[in-house]
Amino acid sequence: MSVPAVRVERLGKRYRLGEDGPRYDTLREEFVRRVRGLGRGAPREPSAHVWALRDVSLEIAQGDVVAIIGRNGAGKSTLLRILARVTAPTSGRVALYGRVASLLDVGTGFHPELTGRENVFLNGAVLGMTRAEIRRKFDEIVAFAEVERFIDTPTKRYSSGMWVRLAFAVAAHLEAEILIIDEALAVGDLAFQRRCLAKMEDARRAGRTVVFVSHDLATVTALATRAVLLDSGRVLDAGRVPDVVRRYLETTGTVPRGARRLDPAPDLPCAVTAVATADGAARPSAVVARSEGLTVLLEGEVRQPPPDGDEYYVAVDVRTSGDVTLFRTHSVEERERAALPRVPGPFRLECRVPADLLAPGTYRLGLVTGLTGGRRLQAVAPLLEVDVVQDRLIAGVWPVTEGLLTPRCAWRALTPRPACAPPILQPGQDGAGPWHAAATGPAGR
Amino acid sequence: MATAHVPTPWLVLEPTARLRPSDLRAAWRARDVLWILIWRGLKVRYKQTVIGVGWVVLQPLLTTLVLTTVFGAFARLPSDGLPYAVFAYAGLLPWTYVAQAVTESGTSLVHDRQLVTKVYFPRVFLPAAAVLRPLVDLAVAATIAVGMIAWFHIAPAGRLLALPLFLLVAVVTALGVGLWLAALNVRYRDVGYTLPFLVQVWFLASPVAYPVSLVPERWRALYALNPLVAAIDGVRWTLLGTPAPDAGVLVAGAGAALAVLVTGALVFRRLERTFADFL
Repeated sequence: MSVPAVRVERLGKRYRLGEDGPRYDTLREEFVRRVRGLGRGAPREPSAHVWALRDVSLEIAQGDVVAIIGRNGAGKSTLLRILARVTAPTSGRVALYGRVASLLDVGTGFHPELTGRENVFLNGAVLGMTRAEIRRKFDEIVAFAEVERFIDTPTKRYSSGMWVRLAFAVAAHLEAEILIIDEALAVGDLAFQRRCLAKMEDARRAGRTVVFVSHDLATVTALATRAVLLDSGRVLDAGRVPDVVRRYLETTGTVPRGARRLDPAPDLPCAVTAVATADGAARPSAVVARSEGLTVLLEGEVRQPPPDGDEYYVAVDVRTSGDVTLFRTHSVEERERAALPRVPGPFRLECRVPADLLAPGTYRLGLVTGLTGGRRLQAVAPLLEVDVVQDRLIAGVWPVTEGLLTPRCAWRALTPRPACAPPILQPGQDGAGPWHAAATGPAGR
Repeated sequence: MATAHVPTPWLVLEPTARLRPSDLRAAWRARDVLWILIWRGLKVRYKQTVIGVGWVVLQPLLTTLVLTTVFGAFARLPSDGLPYAVFAYAGLLPWTYVAQAVTESGTSLVHDRQLVTKVYFPRVFLPAAAVLRPLVDLAVAATIAVGMIAWFHIAPAGRLLALPLFLLVAVVTALGVGLWLAALNVRYRDVGYTLPFLVQVWFLASPVAYPVSLVPERWRALYALNPLVAAIDGVRWTLLGTPAPDAGVLVAGAGAALAVLVTGALVFRRLERTFADFL
């Protein structure tokens, strides 16, 4: 049995209805209401309320990185606000087994008139650090934020990037056992976001508990060890990240997902009639893990034999959600040969896209059937949508990666340099000349 | 039989507003936040030293000038046998402090809603910092009073030792009213609009521009329930040697100040857990 970090029991939070308008009353209205109530001897009429959270029970173990996901208004932020002690629950109970630091906003309490140095102390204090603690970590914080030169400049002169970096640096150096983070990562440029993710990964490795809300499923799948799906203030699902993410996507999808029946014209000599996406173990699923690879299952029938010297093929397109075709793979190629029957009858095909190839993201599949002689019979796009999710960190270092593909490339350390590997450039050689194109490759990054 | 090890929670969050020992411990641990908030207020106010200090001194001086002209010269209000300007300035010292403290603490939660809605710390620190911070302004403005006292050859005396006591009444009053207003202002935003009016009425109901002796005898008991009567009259007595406030006024004032503080703290405590929902 793991050690609990957070235990939420039948938590409920009720708000007054009408979140668009002002949530506060005026004393005059309240007064009028009370006076009327006195006259009739009746209590205040029950005004319209809405439960932002209802009967939420959760158990978070120490060292878990838990992502709270769900649609807008599902109650994610409310749950975080309660855990962060910003507001109190209406019913239920939360037990916290450790110091809590919350990061619901970047730069909470920053004052534009104060210098960077002063704001570090201000921000650190409201986030729960003592002055001694801040003093001890001050240099580290400033170095992390890369604002050494401007530390005694009022923050109103900072660029928004500097402001965010400094604010996050303070938060990143909190020494709490439980970190509560709300979309704070959605700010800053990509490089900085990546460092934030790396910092969260550090926190996880240090055995700290992290609870965060994010709309970015790539982040969720990259970082979380567990996920909780909220819907209308209730827990819809909780558990393994891929399962919960799948459930979430199932509740939100619009393009067909998972499996689909096709209705090909009856006069086609050969056609695919049903398709499904599946995980590495060929279990149908609309969400697959990056390390397992995507499998496409196809069912169809041959209705007429193909002409002599010709044969039927089925091809699958993999496209990005932005409709860029990454590749097309055929059932009949020089390297692959999954021959379809030449006599009328049903067939079943399985197409396995290699593991570790597709970067985490949403993909759209397309389908083509035809004759190798050139005649096209069927073309369906978009056919199905499928999500590839990150199930473990790439190299344990980079939670997200650049580019559409994440193929496994062979890297080899040649240090100390063996005799068989001469230097890429001899001393004095400048890389220009016939080697130019080849030499910039390995030195480029 | 082996029993499952159930660790004790470090903190339990529940809907009740009960004050638990853990809250006091948390407040003590977070005390740095209070100092930082006070220090932030000072930093911002005295950022440009000349304007900061200048305004702190000018405000009571200009008010003294106006009061001296209108009430001293035109209306010829009595001033306990002292030059009216000195009389008024000694009253304005505690009054300016209270007005500043009440105005700032009353709006502190709404003003710092970014903090209240985004991070936990004992909420009472915001109005408390707003009440403590203007004490520095008071100290700065008091240097002028010292100059005046010397100028008019008013001999300092042992009664000066009682000054902190009367200032304490002013601080307790300001904190009590500040807690009431800050908490109510979150729920009922029109409280903020009534603040200037309240301060204005309070000014007239306190012996700043006139001596207590001007208040008809039969109204004195009611009048003494305003804790600033004891505070202002007491400060004036310790600085200038005007007639000392009598024991009844002192008891009524101190009692009223305490009552306001206790009720203010209770109301604040009751409402503070959902402040963030209304900001």
